[in-house]
Amino acid sequence: MSIDSRALFRLTLVRHTCGAVAAIAVLYVLTTTAGPYRDLQIAQAAYLTCAVAGLTVLTGLGGQISLGHGAFMAVGAYTAALLIIHQGWPLAAVLAAATGATALTGAVVGAVAARLEGPYLAGATLAFAIGLPGLANYEPLIDLLGGQNGLAVPPPVPPAGLGAAFPLERWQAWIACLGAVLTLFLLANLTRGRFGRTLRAGRDDEIAAALAGLRVARLRIVATVVSAACAGLAGGLLALVATLAAPGAFPLALSLQLIAAIIIGGLGSLAGAVWGALILVFVPTWASDAASTSGLSHNIASNLPLAIYGLVLIAVTLAFPRGLQGGLRDLGGALRRRLPPPRLPTNPPGGADEATTDDAGARPDDRGGAGGRGERVRR
Amino acid sequence: MVRFINLTLAGITSGAVFAAVALALVLIWRATRVVNFAQGAMLMITTFIAWSVIDAGGSYWLALGAALASGLVLGAVVERVVVRPVENKPHLNAVIVTLGLFVVLQAAAGMIWGDTPHSYPPAFTIRGLSVAGTWLLLSPFDLFVIGAVAAVMVALTLLFVRTDLGLKLRAAAFAPEIARLQGVRVGRMLTLGWALAALVGSLAGVLVAPSVFVGPTQFDAMLVFGFTAAVIGGLDSPAGAVVGGLLLGCALSYVSGYVSSDLVTMGALAALITVLMVRPNGLFAASGGRRV
Repeated sequence: MSIDSRALFRLTLVRHTCGAVAAIAVLYVLTTTAGPYRDLQIAQAAYLTCAVAGLTVLTGLGGQISLGHGAFMAVGAYTAALLIIHQGWPLAAVLAAATGATALTGAVVGAVAARLEGPYLAGATLAFAIGLPGLANYEPLIDLLGGQNGLAVPPPVPPAGLGAAFPLERWQAWIACLGAVLTLFLLANLTRGRFGRTLRAGRDDEIAAALAGLRVARLRIVATVVSAACAGLAGGLLALVATLAAPGAFPLALSLQLIAAIIIGGLGSLAGAVWGALILVFVPTWASDAASTSGLSHNIASNLPLAIYGLVLIAVTLAFPRGLQGGLRDLGGALRRRLPPPRLPTNPPGGADEATTDDAGARPDDRGGAGGRGERVRR
Repeated sequence: MVRFINLTLAGITSGAVFAAVALALVLIWRATRVVNFAQGAMLMITTFIAWSVIDAGGSYWLALGAALASGLVLGAVVERVVVRPVENKPHLNAVIVTLGLFVVLQAAAGMIWGDTPHSYPPAFTIRGLSVAGTWLLLSPFDLFVIGAVAAVMVALTLLFVRTDLGLKLRAAAFAPEIARLQGVRVGRMLTLGWALAALVGSLAGVLVAPSVFVGPTQFDAMLVFGFTAAVIGGLDSPAGAVVGGLLLGCALSYVSGYVSSDLVTMGALAALITVLMVRPNGLFAASGGRRV
């Protein structure tokens, strides 16, 4: 029987299900033992994980950069806020609607973006990120969207079955964590299958992929839709956790932080997306703690995280032109070559991206898109 | 009709500033095939330096000189330290490095000068001129803005077309290998190109500062407008950048005047998308193959 269960574990779906269940168990323990403040931070990390994971699939596997994911989050947050305030929909329906509405927006953006690449794409999505929050202040929409102050969202009420004393923060953390685990589970399955493979093929060589019968433009649109849907869910969760949807919550800096998170975590890596999101939540906390203990001014403390993200973005790109993940693999390869070689050097760096067959499921998914940036050597 | 004329005049003024930012982007794109997403932050820093000079009691002109000089230095330093390693690398690397620089500069400005925007004085009065009894949306300061940008354009054109240095700059950008064979110090020329571009950008920052105020995030939209103007003109053509800037300035002025000033950035996005969909090489470029 033990052989049977090992074979079963090779199945991607089973493995990912086990991972998701384990993650839920760990998060349950974490949220029930942590205080309200930590719970809130966990909730923030969870919704950021959704957005970062979506972006890392688009940029890491699809090769399409998006500086507009903060704006996608805004779409999700406002959709959720409007539905809660005016329609009083149940939680799951609200989040599904936020995801769906943002996916629709993503389809429009994706149709445009599929034709663009490199700096043009970055510039267009940058305009999207800066322009969209301005809609909230547009005169005819002010009554609907609440202008600069945004919309106050009534906090989600924990179900009565959990007891009257159940803390709101823990409930928010549960909702957000469930969303994050679900997103990671779906994305992991999606990117390990045919979709992820074809997406990587389109990224690495558009012409070869087209010759092989892939419709690269359509693939990219689908990738943008999936990615935007994740960001929309993240936005909906943000509205529930922050109990607010306001233009100030979605500045350009948010989109740039998401980019920083995917680079720090390793492009295309879902595990890296979790790390990236954790860094986005805990670096500001750490910075303000460090600033208050060492007596730094408020200006320095509030801008320290941004400075760190920016420096890391530059350093990682200059030091590891193939991404942090690729850099680590190069480093590992160099170390292995230093050691007495047992036999021929196997697995050269950058070789992890060959097409895998559907049943060869023994590869950890976070190796999928590593080095993606280095491979688009075209000008 | 008066309203239309006024909006056009306001559009030309803001268009002149967009043209300067677009020109900064185009100069860098031509030389190094990098879109400098840090341009907005770079001109923010130099404008803050100018603001500090004024805050310390310096005159407007001293502040302008300080901004231009610091722009020149900043551009050169940025090219040598940060951009040189990603030249001739995949596009995404350059995009991410310039975005990282953007974030770092914005954070640095917030640390040094704080996040609250400061007002910036204009060089001349911003009271509109009166012609035949009607007030025009054109003040002496607006004329100064247009004149300053035009003067820089002329100076740059003369530099590029008439001087030996300009020829070297163009050669280094156009065919680096051949230029190097002919004895041109290509690396030095690229640094100089970035410095010149940053100089033009810093001028735009000082000129637009009275209307947008000086703060770490106040110039974000300028980057979008400059990029849009540059794309309208084809990203490769300095003349196109100027025309693109003026066209965009007028178009956005109409959006702001007839629809809503909150939709200006969305208007720029619409213009950008339209141009990219219809004429990806810009309105003025001869249609050519896509660079692969």
